[in-house]
Amino acid sequence: MISVQNVHKSFGDLEVLKGVSLDVPNGEVLSVIGGSGSGKSTLLYCINAIETINSGKILVDDVDVHSKDTNKDKLRQKLGMVFQHFNAFPHMTVLENAALAPRIVKKMSKEEAIEIAKKELEHVGLGDKFDVYPTRMSGGQQQRLAIARALAMKPDFMLLDEVTSALDPELVGEVLDTLRLLADEGMTMICVTHEMGFARDVSDRVAYFHQGVIAEIGEAKQVITEPQNPLTQKFLSKVR
Amino acid sequence: MEYEFHWNIVFQKMPELLSGAFVTLHVSVLAMLLGIVIAILLAIAKMNNSKPFCYVATVWVEIARNTPALFQIYMAYFGLGAFGIHLSPYVAVLSALVFINAGYLTETFRGGFQSIPSTQYSASKSLGMTSIQTYRYIILPQMLRRIYHPMTNQFVWSILMSSLGILVGMSELSGTTQRLQSLSFRTLEFFIVAAVMYFIITKLVLFGASLLSRRLFKGEI
Ligand SMILES: Nc1ncnc2c1ncn2[C@@H]1O[C@H](COP(=O)(O)OP(=O)(O)OP(=O)(O)O)[C@@H](O)[C@H]1O
Ligand SMILES: [Mg+2]
Repeated sequence: MISVQNVHKSFGDLEVLKGVSLDVPNGEVLSVIGGSGSGKSTLLYCINAIETINSGKILVDDVDVHSKDTNKDKLRQKLGMVFQHFNAFPHMTVLENAALAPRIVKKMSKEEAIEIAKKELEHVGLGDKFDVYPTRMSGGQQQRLAIARALAMKPDFMLLDEVTSALDPELVGEVLDTLRLLADEGMTMICVTHEMGFARDVSDRVAYFHQGVIAEIGEAKQVITEPQNPLTQKFLSKVR
Repeated sequence: MEYEFHWNIVFQKMPELLSGAFVTLHVSVLAMLLGIVIAILLAIAKMNNSKPFCYVATVWVEIARNTPALFQIYMAYFGLGAFGIHLSPYVAVLSALVFINAGYLTETFRGGFQSIPSTQYSASKSLGMTSIQTYRYIILPQMLRRIYHPMTNQFVWSILMSSLGILVGMSELSGTTQRLQSLSFRTLEFFIVAAVMYFIITKLVLFGASLLSRRLFKGEI
């Protein structure tokens, strides 16, 4: 379980998270929606300790993420993350991209790492791309590679930050299908997304972020189709 | 009156020319290696913004890049000599080349380093890699690809610039050529052969570098 407890986070004078609390139980898919600059990405970065927090607490399986005693590198092995911007390692083949972390972080043998990497690449539909360099692939393929690379670490949670928003419209579908597959397999996920259809159909709950607080959170269909908070209503009427 | 070429004398002196060429390579390789080590330190100093170090690095880079190599060599040989520090021609030329190489390579390294997008760091961090692993497997390999060609060019430049050793009586290829031609008066022959030798050396270096790069960098970027 991921538990976010009254988290405050500022960049200099700018307070980006103003007391965010959130529990994501195992097996749940939570979509996070909200306007640009409302703090959605920052929350994900705080959950896997790429960013620090000013106050509050974040627990991942009861481990205090921001405690001095927590080994952050170790913790991040549990949290797979995929970013908005493509960030495959361009000097490695697709297979090497996916096999690297299992080998050097989890200290698996080369054979084991390659086996897991191949399995996850096939999982996301890249079984025919092992020896290709990522710069030769489409954006959709690069994002699926990023997902497979994260999955190869066998994470307990996946954090996905607008993984489709840098894609050409015709490539969005293949990446969303991959996420849907993960959801069906029971992966616990927090997806920051602008895809309202995805949020409605695939996630269990949806949280609407507004200026650093969660303005509304609830069952997915209900938040997307019958939002209670006027701010959510206004936001959804604009993105539709 | 037409110039009559006499090549015999040049071929008799070939062993001396070859040993001159060896000194040329020797001083260039050394200047490159020392230049790389110092440039790494200067680039770190420049990027760390730690005031005194950053200042030294900036002055070094600016002087090295904006004054003639001839001037550097004169300063190392005659300039220091005026203060009672007498360097041998070899050491004077070596120091000047190291000084310039370090200056140019500092900017090459800094640019290479800054050209790696920050998303590469967050990606490897999110996979649980330590900082050392991130540099070892992600940052440095990409950086090396980007600085490889500028470094090769700098090496070739060092080889050619070491010919300024002629001015302080160093016995590298040009200095040796100068001495031999003045003894034999076959000026043109000696300098043509020397030029051909420089050409062959630099071509061999470039060829070797491109072979090596094909082995080192299988990926594309
Ligand atoms: N490293 C940083 N330094 C300073 N300010 C930052 C930094 N990262 C984010 N911010 C600021 O924090 C605010 C929230 O950013 P964040 O990226 O979390 O928003 P977001 O909800 O993900 O928006 P978007 O939908 O545009 O991705 C923005 O105003 C942004 O400019
Ligand atoms: Mg964002």
